[in-house]
Amino acid sequence: MSAEIIQSRREWLLSDRPASRLQARLGRAYVTWRRFSANRLALIGLLIIIALLVVAALADVLAPYSPTIGDLKNARLLPPGAAHWFGTDDLGRDIYSRIVYGSRWTLYVVILVAVIAAPIGLLVGTVAGYAGGWTDAILMRITDIFLAFPKLVLALAFVAALGPGIENAVLAIAITSWPPYARIARAETLTVRNSDYIKAVQLMGASPFRIVLRHIMPLCVSSLIVRVTLDMAGIILTAAGLGFLGLGAQPPLPEWGAMIASGRRFILDQWWVAAAPGAAILIVSLGFNLLGDGLRDALDPRSGDQ
Amino acid sequence: MSVAENQAAAGGGSARAVAILSALGRFLVIAVTTYLGLLAVTFFIGRVIPIDPVLAVLGDRAPVAVVERTRREMGLDLPLIEQFYIYVKSALNGDFGTSVLTTNPVMSDIRRVFPATIELATLGTIIGAVIGVPLGVLAAVKRGSLIDQIVRIIGLIGYSVPIFWLGLLGLVLFYAKLQWVAFPARLDVVYEYTFTPITGFYLLDAAMQGQWDVFYDAFRHIILPAALLGYFALAYISRMTRSFMLNELAQEYIVAARAKGLSETRIIWGHALRNAAVPMVTVIALSYASLLEGSVLTETVFSWPGIGLYITNSLQNADMNAVLGGTIIIGSVFIGINLLSDLLYRVLDPRTKAG
Repeated sequence: MSAEIIQSRREWLLSDRPASRLQARLGRAYVTWRRFSANRLALIGLLIIIALLVVAALADVLAPYSPTIGDLKNARLLPPGAAHWFGTDDLGRDIYSRIVYGSRWTLYVVILVAVIAAPIGLLVGTVAGYAGGWTDAILMRITDIFLAFPKLVLALAFVAALGPGIENAVLAIAITSWPPYARIARAETLTVRNSDYIKAVQLMGASPFRIVLRHIMPLCVSSLIVRVTLDMAGIILTAAGLGFLGLGAQPPLPEWGAMIASGRRFILDQWWVAAAPGAAILIVSLGFNLLGDGLRDALDPRSGDQ
Repeated sequence: MSVAENQAAAGGGSARAVAILSALGRFLVIAVTTYLGLLAVTFFIGRVIPIDPVLAVLGDRAPVAVVERTRREMGLDLPLIEQFYIYVKSALNGDFGTSVLTTNPVMSDIRRVFPATIELATLGTIIGAVIGVPLGVLAAVKRGSLIDQIVRIIGLIGYSVPIFWLGLLGLVLFYAKLQWVAFPARLDVVYEYTFTPITGFYLLDAAMQGQWDVFYDAFRHIILPAALLGYFALAYISRMTRSFMLNELAQEYIVAARAKGLSETRIIWGHALRNAAVPMVTVIALSYASLLEGSVLTETVFSWPGIGLYITNSLQNADMNAVLGGTIIIGSVFIGINLLSDLLYRVLDPRTKAG
């Protein structure tokens, strides 16, 4: 019986004459999911990101030790073993527990940067695309100027002036990463600007503000999500780099980049102190890259695998 | 076809000259505004973000009279726009103030350390291009094969790995365990005092003076950081090469070349790669620019006395003049390479017409 039900459900989803908006949406989502899940690497990426979310949510359960208070007397710089899976650092703290808690700071950074930078880019791009003329020229010149800057060095200078700290690092990364979103939003806006449905809303007397907010911005969201996902890896690496230089998260926060920096002093004798957090960064940014590639291919089949 | 292009096609010489001039004008506008933007941002960082720049220079224990004098000397009593004008003028003269840490003018410090960075980034780009281009070509030709997958994974890891961490692991393996490379520095201590550099590029200097022991020593110091930067460049270059090659191999002239009976080697390396050469020059130039930027972290790991280490050392000592001077220099070179590669692309590629 189940095979038949599944068969008919699939037909309902793939119907080219959907009876409701819900059916059409579910059908589209289903097709996208099938394209996405056919890509094995993309699925691995998705699994890594889900694992990151689970670890961050259940950190209190998964971590056997405190991330900030170590056992200075008995557990300094122990190699990986049964009691401490990834060993301990110079303050006797369990590295595995610190990495588990560190996942929260990684998520904190990428989510905050995305929440700050994506809306700025969306606003600049849609306004420039819809308004056209001088507004467009000036906004896009500013965007291109920011796009031409070296991101890491500029973020460095910003944090140097703002003072070290994870919030300032987030701010500095966000300031340097909005321009690509503005470009994408503008390109999407230009393709719909002269379409009939926009004309129809204009005739109904909608204000430009309402048109941009309610009728143009929603259309830019899907390509923006892809781009943000692809950028996540870069954001993580920049944040880790700032942490490594002592400009991001401050001790005793278990941020992965800062953990590598503190392990640097013992790198030749106790290599595991720096090795484990770096591996965590590598796995998570690999996950975001794989997921982003998969999403792009699934949402935009034209781009193919080039 | 636009009106301008029609005229260019029909009118010949003069119309084409106008098109080229307008393209050049646009290029100049872009270049000038981008550099002004860079200076505006660094001005903002140095003068506007700190609540009191005088406090940042003198500390909070300076007597009031000194504070007032410094404020006037720094021009902080002038309106902001006038301050910016003075700032731009002195930046154009290469005057970024004095470094608190070294007590030298920032510009002379940078002139001293910059060759080390250029040497490192150049070798890195060469490694990246020499390995990355053939890998990308191979991946495109054998699309979907095991080799293609491997190249893809090498590239993905290159995009995802924290480069400073890989550097630390490289030191553990190649310096501490295998002893293939030398410790983090530019030269062994023995040579620091006997060797007199001419250009500041140690490999070149040693070769020109025929001091092959110094050359070998410098090579043993530079190879690990350069290989790391090279890997970073390789990830990008191989991916783009693959994409360009797939694009070229799908063109009709490839079919025609096959029909003529040309060998596959000739088609791939002679025809397809040659046509992909123009965008690839751009890609290699861009990765060179990003290596100059990426050197900040790599130099810190390898104690490489270049501009990246200069910036991070200044950061740790709150030496904002040096940090911003370094930022402007790296930013200027970065922007310059970006602009030039864009211009080069337009000039070299006959398909992109002026205007």
